[in-house]
Formats: sequence, C-alpha cells, structure tokens
Amino acid sequence: MTIKRSSWSIPYLIFLLIFVVLPLVLIAIYAFQDGEGGFTFANIARFFTDSDSLSTFALSLEVAIENTAICLLLGYPAAYILASKDLNRSAVTVILFILPMWINALMRTLATAELFNVFGVTLGKGTLLFGMAYDYLPFMIYPIYNTLNKMDKSFSEAAEDLGATPAQVFRKVTLPLSMPGVTSGIMMVFMPTVSTFAISEFLTNNKIKLFGTIIQENINSSMWNYGAALALIMLVIIGITTLFNDEDEAGKAEGGLI
Amino acid sequence: MKKFFAQAYIWFLLILLYAPLVFIGIFSFTESRVMGNWTGFSTKLYGNLFSGMMQGDSALMAAVKNTLLIALIAAAISTLLGTIAAIGIFNLKGRKKAGIQFLNNIPMINPDIITGVSLFLLFIFLGFSQGYTTVVLAHITFCTPYVVLNVMPKLAQMNPNTYEAALDLGATPGQALRKVMIPQLRPGMISGFILAFTMSLDDFAVTFFTRGTVGLDTLSTYIYTDARKGGLTPELRPLMTLIFATILILLVIINIRQARLAKKAANK
Repeated sequence: MTIKRSSWSIPYLIFLLIFVVLPLVLIAIYAFQDGEGGFTFANIARFFTDSDSLSTFALSLEVAIENTAICLLLGYPAAYILASKDLNRSAVTVILFILPMWINALMRTLATAELFNVFGVTLGKGTLLFGMAYDYLPFMIYPIYNTLNKMDKSFSEAAEDLGATPAQVFRKVTLPLSMPGVTSGIMMVFMPTVSTFAISEFLTNNKIKLFGTIIQENINSSMWNYGAALALIMLVIIGITTLFNDEDEAGKAEGGLI
Repeated sequence: MKKFFAQAYIWFLLILLYAPLVFIGIFSFTESRVMGNWTGFSTKLYGNLFSGMMQGDSALMAAVKNTLLIALIAAAISTLLGTIAAIGIFNLKGRKKAGIQFLNNIPMINPDIITGVSLFLLFIFLGFSQGYTTVVLAHITFCTPYVVLNVMPKLAQMNPNTYEAALDLGATPGQALRKVMIPQLRPGMISGFILAFTMSLDDFAVTFFTRGTVGLDTLSTYIYTDARKGGLTPELRPLMTLIFATILILLVIINIRQARLAKKAANK
C-alpha cells in the first residue's frame, strides 16, 4: 500500500502550526495579560497614553517611509539603467549590487558609521537615513530590475512606433508595467526598516531610538507583556501594509484582463 | 552622452555602496584599535586571526564556528523538511493548498524582530531552556519556506507519470523517490539549501531573541555585543575582508564557468 503523497505536507503543517501560528497567537495572548496571567487592556492602553512610545512609533514610521522613498528614488533609475540593453550590457554590474548583502549587515553598518566619523559628519537623523539607504538599496533595485528585465519590450516599441515620445513611453508603458516590481521593492524595504533595531542605534550613536529598539528593550528586561503588546502593534502595521500590497496586485490582475 | 550619464550614475551608486567595505579592507592592514586611525601597514591582525583559528579558543572563532554550524544544520534540515512539504503541498488541491501556502508565506513576510519575539515567547511558554537547539529550530522556521518555494517549480516541471511508472515497474515508493523524484528535484533543493544557508548566516534578530542566556554567540550577536561594549575587536576587519574576498572569487569563478558553458552551447 502506498501513502497518498498529499499527506506528505502533514509534518510541515504541524511544524508551521507550532512554530509560526502558535507563536503569533502567543504575542496576542501575552499582549492582553498582566504579570499574573489575568486579562487586561493595560498594556495596549499604556502604549496609547505614553507620549514617549507614541513619538518613537511616529518617528519609526516617518524614518521607514522616508528611507523607502529615498531607496525608490535612487533605486528605480539604477534598475532602469541595469535592465536597459542600450545603457548597460554587462551582467556583472547587477551582481555587484547584490554582493554587499553577503557581508554581515551589522558590520557594514558599523563601518558606515565609522566612515561618517572619519569625514566629521555628526551622527543623527541624516546619517540614519543615509546609512539605512546603504543597507536596503539592493532590496529595492533587485525586484524592479527583475520586472523590467522580464518585461516584453515590444510594448514600448509599439508605443514608439505609434508616435509616443520617450517620456510618454516611460510614463504610459514602462512605469505602469514595472509597478509589481516597485510594490515588492517597497515591501522589501519598508518592512525591515519599520522594524529595525541595532542598526538605528549604531548609525546615530544611540541618539535615536526606533520602535524595534523599545520592543527589544522590554523583552530583554523581562517586561514580556508590554513587549508583546508593542510587537502586536507592529504586527498590525505589517498586516495593513501587506493588505495594501495584495489589493494593488489584485487591481493589476484585473487591469491586465481588459 | 545618455549612456555616459547612466554609467556614471551606476558607478556613483556602486562607489557609495562599496565605500564601507573598502574602508574595512584598508583598515584590516593596520594595527590600530579603531577604524579610521592609520598606524602604519601591518599584517598583524591577519596573524592574530589565524593563530586564533589554530588555537580555536578565542570567542570570535567560537562565534564563527557557531555561525557556520548552525547555518549548516538549519539549512540541511530545512531542505529535507521543505522538500517533503513541497511534494505534499504540490499534491494538495483547492483551499487546503491555499491555506498551507498562506502559512508558508508568513515567516517570509514577518520582520525578523516579530519572528524573534514570537519564538522567544513560544520557548518561554513551552518551558524550553534557550540555547543552541532553540536557535537551530528558529532558523529552520524562517529558512524552510524558501526551500518550499524553490522546490515547487521543479515539481511543476516534472512529468508526474515518471514516479507512477517507477512504481508500476516494481520500484518501492522509497526507490521511486530516491531514483526518480529526487534527481529531478535536485536543482531546486540545491538552490533552496544555498538560500537557507545564507539566510541563516545573515540572521541577527532571530538569533538574538532565541539564544537565551547561556552565552551562545554567532558572528552577528558577537558583533552586536562587541559594538555595544564600545570598540569592535580589530580582528573582525581581516575576517570580514577574507569573507568578502572569498565570495568575490567564488562569484568570478561561477561567472567564468557560466560564460564558458554559454560559449560551448553557442559553438554547437
């Protein structure tokens, strides 16, 4: 007798339930518990009434949005150039953009901070944004490059033949077709930056604290319940961002049918 | 003209991107405690690194060993678990398939800190003492989804009848799996393994939350603790330079081989 092969997914399903679903449920449970295990809203309430936590949260969102915007502005032209046959013929330059990711991110960040010191730049929000753009630019370039590279060139050629100027071709054909790459690039940069810790401390010499750092500090000082509440709030932000992305892609698919 | 500006822009970004790495490389050849302070050319740090490696007693070397061992174990188990899972998921249909694929996506979407904190709470909840095992389990959790994603396309390319044919011709399910299925899935398994291995090597946040208080360090947590104490161990500079040089050489070899293969294919 042979086993049905679909049953081979069962061990992994059990694994996922224990190591992915249960831990996320535990975040929610701990978030609504007081120290003795009783149900409470106090942890969540504490976040919304603590002006320090709220301002850190706002700053984290701001930094993440700004960093994502910087990466997009710097990364899109780079991806466009790398994917264009007229402007770039070597595959090596593409690899060169991915290569630094193989070096430990903390080490790279520390070296960046040290470089700022050498050039006499004071560590602060400016260096934070600049340093994070270093770390995450490849994550923006790569997905955009991929979609641009796979794109059917005959669309833009057709637009050209029909009399569109290069600017029009870009605005009406290339840019809309590259949007899936842009959204996944935004996700890949926004998600890690909104939740970052350690990197922000190194780049600002502990002057700027981000949301991830408060989560870490609470967990490490055994304030699990408040830490879990903060993690839950971050999880909600992540969930909302993912939802936006899904809607966007659903919209794309419908648009493609017409 | 347009091409000139485009190339200039690309090189401008690359110079920015590589500046910190070049900086580490340059200052690996001087003895000073901090980067940015040149105290004359010296290969002493490389010497220290290698003698530390020989004796195997320095905390830095222990961290390097832990990093590699954890990545190897986690990637191997993830590849096994992920491949079996992919075969199972591929043969599921409808809502069950969508459901498990959704669960499979969660660790990839979740930021590291959420994965780390949630697993930390899990191990507290289960009463596991945290250390080597919990770090490996945590790494398997975020590595396996990538293996599943890499093996699934290979299953789609495979002719499903070959496995049945092997069974009809008298092979046991084990033999059919080993001799028919695995060879066809191998490229996906290998790329999944490599991806899992690098994800594990790079990880900081998840290890940080699941390593407990037994003093277990990987390279990332070592660097973190070191930097917080003020001042990085100088030997990290030659170590990072060597890692980067190795990767660079590997990539060059792979590229030359691919170019040669492409040439061969073109000549045929």
